[in-house]
Amino acid sequence: MAKVLMKGNEAIAEAAIQAGCRYFFGYPITPQNEIPAYMAKMLPKVGGSFIQAESEVSAINMVYGAAGAGGRVMTSSSSPGISLKQEGISYIAGAELPCLIVNIVRGGPGLGGIQPAQSDYFQAVKGGGHGDYRVVVLAPAGIQEMADLVIDAFDIADRYRNPVMIMGDGMLGQMMEPVEFAKKEVTISEKPWATIGNKEGKPRNIINSLFLDTQDMENHVLKLFEKYKEIEKNEVRVECYNCEDAEIIIAAYGTTARIAKNVIQKAGAQGIKVGLIRPITLWPFPTDVFKKWAEADHVKSFLTVEMSMGQMIEDVRLSIKDTKPVHFYGRTGGMVPLPGDLLKEIIKIRGEK
Amino acid sequence: MAKVFEKPKALTGKPNHYCPGCTHGIVHRLVAEAIDDLGIRENTVGVAPVGCAVLAYEYFNVDMHEAAHGRAPAVATGIKRVLPDNVVFTYQGDGDLASIGTAEIVHAANRGEKLTTIFINNAIYGMTGGQMAPTSLLGQVTATSPYGRSAETEGHPIRMSEMLATIEGTAYVERVSLHDIKNILKAKKAIKKAFEVQIAGKGFAMVEILSTCPTNWGMAPAEALKWVKDNMIPYYPLGVKKEVV
Repeated sequence: MAKVLMKGNEAIAEAAIQAGCRYFFGYPITPQNEIPAYMAKMLPKVGGSFIQAESEVSAINMVYGAAGAGGRVMTSSSSPGISLKQEGISYIAGAELPCLIVNIVRGGPGLGGIQPAQSDYFQAVKGGGHGDYRVVVLAPAGIQEMADLVIDAFDIADRYRNPVMIMGDGMLGQMMEPVEFAKKEVTISEKPWATIGNKEGKPRNIINSLFLDTQDMENHVLKLFEKYKEIEKNEVRVECYNCEDAEIIIAAYGTTARIAKNVIQKAGAQGIKVGLIRPITLWPFPTDVFKKWAEADHVKSFLTVEMSMGQMIEDVRLSIKDTKPVHFYGRTGGMVPLPGDLLKEIIKIRGEK
Repeated sequence: MAKVFEKPKALTGKPNHYCPGCTHGIVHRLVAEAIDDLGIRENTVGVAPVGCAVLAYEYFNVDMHEAAHGRAPAVATGIKRVLPDNVVFTYQGDGDLASIGTAEIVHAANRGEKLTTIFINNAIYGMTGGQMAPTSLLGQVTATSPYGRSAETEGHPIRMSEMLATIEGTAYVERVSLHDIKNILKAKKAIKKAFEVQIAGKGFAMVEILSTCPTNWGMAPAEALKWVKDNMIPYYPLGVKKEVV
């Protein structure tokens, strides 16, 4: 299939349909509105179902119902809407159901703005909703990767019966790039646990996250965490760029990782060796990769770059156990770091050593 | 000898946890009988609420979902969109449906979702210990209206059936009561009809069932039934509020 020029949001929607997603429940919010619009147009043509729900709370609970009934289902929203969805995300994680949640992040807190941000990192990676649970979080840095990760996200969700989130930002959602959809055969795994009607002689299926007996509740959480251990073992994705002889390693994901790559070239031209570790999975976090490069003698320090006041930096510091200095550069509230400013920061850090 | 009375197939037979004199048990049986009568047990998916009936998934012998508080109609919508040929019902109390879940019930009805909702109105929050419900009567003393519900500060009790009857997508809504045998039989008919309306694809169907909460009302079971008749029915008139034929 030839490459087509598409907005990130549209690419997500098209990739979802190609991945066999047939159910979408959402609520309008900028800057992700192209996703529901695309789904509203295309899902009826492929025998699917689209609902513009009465709220984000309802939308995620529709996802919960559809996922429990065995449907390949997704929702999308942006920061304030994702906050509203946290109730349902916690239930979906608790009841171990597969689904895709897309967050095209905008600035916050509160109503915030509509420009790109990465300030939902804590919410996405550290839980967001109530209780002991994890969501797999994928962070694409381009439109092609967005499309590819959507397809993978559904498979990861099915494999572990767990919600998967794609975290983009207003920039990735709105910008256009050429994208190619690899026409691959979609195989959706059997879901013997789905509530499709209790046939005589078969065990009943119950979708539930209530455990009133404390020992049962603890056992359930321990079971979830056994699963999370498997995910941490199998699903870490990360890109390392120019790290081999870097004296400074930038840690950045999504849009900021793209800016970092640009700056790395500029720094190289000035004789400063800078590398990049780009987590593609924000959870599970590529801890071992950070640890490995922190042990390298040529790496003198790390610089975390985020469109927030510094959230992922905590995971970077935890990963390398503060064995090397971890600096931070960020813009927030919808402001995007300028390459020139980031380069100045790198020169400053180099001068400090 | 022919059996004249037995447990419906659509009940698991697990002893329920409801308080003595509570009418949840009756409603569970009526719903199960309707499912059996219509021969839809293997094709039905139920959604349990948060509230006293939170464990309904242990009692109904069908595939079940446990929903978050108030969200059952949204959960049921998701199920029904994936399984349009299945019968999907929600079982909800007054806190669940008439307070925290008003958006979900109104819009499920407004979309004309082909769902059946069993709405238990006992004018109080049972599970959490007798707090005021949106359906608590004026003057009713509860844990959170200790001086009696006042229209001035708490507003008037909400009539959900009448409200939902104004919605185009609602195909059938009826209010029934369980305060005597005659009315229990009427309730049984209404519940069965609410399933038939869904099966016929007519739209959203709901039965509101005036029920008792002897524990939190502080009454003996018989006294509670009389309270339904004397106090609830005058404010919540029984009967069909809407029926699309």
